[in-house]
Amino acid sequence: MRCDCYIPSGCSISGIISESGKRLDGNAIIRSIALMHDRANGLGGGFAAYGVYPRHADQYALHMMFDNIEAKERCEERFKDAFDIVLDEEMPTRPGGVYEEETSGRSAEYGTGSQPITDPPILWRYFMDVPEDKTGFVSEREYVVEKVMQINSGVEGTFVASSGKNMGAFKGVGYPEDIGVFYKLDEYKAYTWTAHGRFPTNTPGWWGGAHPFCLLDWSIVHNGEISSYGINKRYLEPFGYKLELRTDTEVVAYLFDLLVRRHKMPIELATKTLAAPFWKDIDRMPDREREVATAIRQVYGGALLNGPFSIILGHSRGMVGFNDRIKLRPMTCARKDDMLYISSEESAIWEIAPDLDKVWSPKAGTPVAGVLDEEVE
Amino acid sequence: MTSELPPEFIVKVDHDRCRRCKRCVMSCSFGGMQFTDKVVPEHRNCVACQRCATFCPESAIAITRNELAYKENANWSPETRQNILKQAETGGMLLAGMGNPREYQIIWDHLVIDACQVTNPSIDPLREPMELRTYLGRKPEHLEFSVDANGELELATELAPQVKLDVPIIFAAMSYGAVSLNTHRSLAMAAQKSGSLMNTGEGGLHTDLYPYSENIIVQVASGRFGVHSEYLNTCAMVEIKIGQGAKPGIGGHLPGEKVGEEISKTRMIPVGTDALSPAPHHDIYSIEDLSQLIYAIKEATDYTKPVSVKISAVHNVAAIASGIVRAGADIVTIDGFRGGTGATPMVIRDHVGIPIELALAAVDQRLRDEGIRNNASLICAGGLRSSGDVAKAIALGADATIIGTAALVAIGCRICQKCYTGNCAWGIATQKPELVRRLDPQVGAMRLSNLLTAWSLELKEVLGSLGVNSIESLRGSRERLRGVGLDEQTLKLLGIKPAGIGQ
Repeated sequence: MRCDCYIPSGCSISGIISESGKRLDGNAIIRSIALMHDRANGLGGGFAAYGVYPRHADQYALHMMFDNIEAKERCEERFKDAFDIVLDEEMPTRPGGVYEEETSGRSAEYGTGSQPITDPPILWRYFMDVPEDKTGFVSEREYVVEKVMQINSGVEGTFVASSGKNMGAFKGVGYPEDIGVFYKLDEYKAYTWTAHGRFPTNTPGWWGGAHPFCLLDWSIVHNGEISSYGINKRYLEPFGYKLELRTDTEVVAYLFDLLVRRHKMPIELATKTLAAPFWKDIDRMPDREREVATAIRQVYGGALLNGPFSIILGHSRGMVGFNDRIKLRPMTCARKDDMLYISSEESAIWEIAPDLDKVWSPKAGTPVAGVLDEEVE
Repeated sequence: MTSELPPEFIVKVDHDRCRRCKRCVMSCSFGGMQFTDKVVPEHRNCVACQRCATFCPESAIAITRNELAYKENANWSPETRQNILKQAETGGMLLAGMGNPREYQIIWDHLVIDACQVTNPSIDPLREPMELRTYLGRKPEHLEFSVDANGELELATELAPQVKLDVPIIFAAMSYGAVSLNTHRSLAMAAQKSGSLMNTGEGGLHTDLYPYSENIIVQVASGRFGVHSEYLNTCAMVEIKIGQGAKPGIGGHLPGEKVGEEISKTRMIPVGTDALSPAPHHDIYSIEDLSQLIYAIKEATDYTKPVSVKISAVHNVAAIASGIVRAGADIVTIDGFRGGTGATPMVIRDHVGIPIELALAAVDQRLRDEGIRNNASLICAGGLRSSGDVAKAIALGADATIIGTAALVAIGCRICQKCYTGNCAWGIATQKPELVRRLDPQVGAMRLSNLLTAWSLELKEVLGSLGVNSIESLRGSRERLRGVGLDEQTLKLLGIKPAGIGQ
């Protein structure tokens, strides 16, 4: 089932955050991404949601995809060795559910029959603790990363869709609005939502290949193509990351994990490492800023993302949108009170927020961050 | 004993066109042209350096191979028989100049580069910034930052010294002695003009070139010629030369007749004495000895200069390079078997060492596997001929590339491979004042600088077609290369896929 070939793709992205921590259901983000229906082609859609599991906020929530029951059993053997499983259950889904509005659900787009979502893998979620005696000399989060890497690369027919706390990825093959209905996102409440509609340029039919890509709390939705993928991959490998998914987007998730979690870089600086300023601009910066920017380019050349992209990074404390260095993909932002909206198209923001304080298109390489208030748990 | 060697070349003079100006007679530094009542070529002395033909105002001279000097034979090439005859007559080793000329596979010519179509846009370098800037030197694995009293971010990591290049192409080590002072001048001036580096080679640095110190690599080789404290501090970087691609495991010999007043001063040896570079450094018999020299140089330069170690590409190059990085080198320079020289035994030049493409790929991958790739920059040398070769070398993993032969061709060299005779008619590989004078350093510098400018423009076009706007997005990005007509094992060693396979 897993696709062995690399799949370049075009896309739409959208993100919403309530910085004061209000939890919104999934209807708004579905409507926003549905408006950009034509930027996807029905071969992948997905959502990341933060704050969805308040009752299990202390456990790692692993959203899993299994090709078959044997894969599930093999994986559970691993889980039992590595974790304390607090709860495991089938992901609630609405098979046959269709997004009601006119943007989608047209049976013609799905071939014969009117079922928009077909052949889902076994979707199961696990809430798990990390036993203290298991982690050895590495941190708890490092331990979880290791296990995720081992399962994705070593357990056949198994894929970890997300592995953070109090968050989850909901993704699959189909138009994103139908995926949203399929996963019953109207029943979840989150303070941060990101979404992705995919236009891959060949037929993968693999659920794991949809966005967002997640590792721990990181989630990435990405419109574009990372032309520097080859060196980004080789840069990450010596740090222990296994790039098995054959898509450029996973390097973005792993780069954030490396820079922010392991190298302790502030998130905004990490975005300026991945979409670094040009030398001509660095040379004109004030001394101290120039020193930082120069050192980053000298040391993190392998982490520079090149090629057309707009990306929304979701994490436990907020979300960040940023573009490539010369803005070869669209990205528009808007604010209303405590809300920040980021989207491929401005219309997708107006669609869900008709009254906005400010709408703007950030300059190339300039990150736009929404940050949860400190008191939000 | 009279030589039985037939002439290698036949010089044809069109006497109808010849106006008997004798320019060719003066041009030829090998005694290949006489004048009686007309120009009479001495075919036997011709080396096909083309000086006479280039400067003949009537284009009346044509040099051709002496076709049937030896009867055709697939196994016994004319060169093979000529070499046997030479050795039978003299009982000596065959000397040779420049790089390995034999027909080994040139792997560069079996590599092709990717380009963007539809899903990712290519970038027009005439409209968008396109960055080639490169820094050479040891990099930390990660950076640390601190926040000052005003809440501003500060760099907390102190970086090792870095050398800035505006173009990832630098000039090869060629010693004053092997080449003329005017060659050194041309290289230094061009390096300064183009934001690149020239390398002194092992013969020291003439005081005239001290003003160019920021664009100079000073070399410390086994002979230690011209090495003193001021020398080590008059540079952008210091290089310890262990090996050279054209002659791995072989030392050097500058004959006393070339050691005149200026070379004597620069090399710190008496006038007229042979300058002998031992095959090994006699204080380096192991990796730990090398480490001592690296740190001795760092002490002598107060840790302000990166130290490079240059080795030739041999079978075990990956492990050797790894050891060099662990021994404290900030830069590793690898010289492949096509790399040039002023003089070497032909048997070594033509049969020892491995192709740079494979050596570079092996070293870059080994350093990554060991997690120490950031500890040193990697420079690739050895017969690079074009910006295409440079782009491929960078994609395989080189931080920067070196051109030696290509640079000399730019200032006149016709690759006649007679550097070791000291008779270079183009004023490059000679110390004879009347020949050295033929190379005007201003003109030489302009031609070299033009070459770097032209290759830079071409590199930018390659980057743009790849849809990236910075050289670091090409560096080590082997995914953007494909092999054509390479066997599976070679592809594996290069870490690339065959053409026809997508990502």
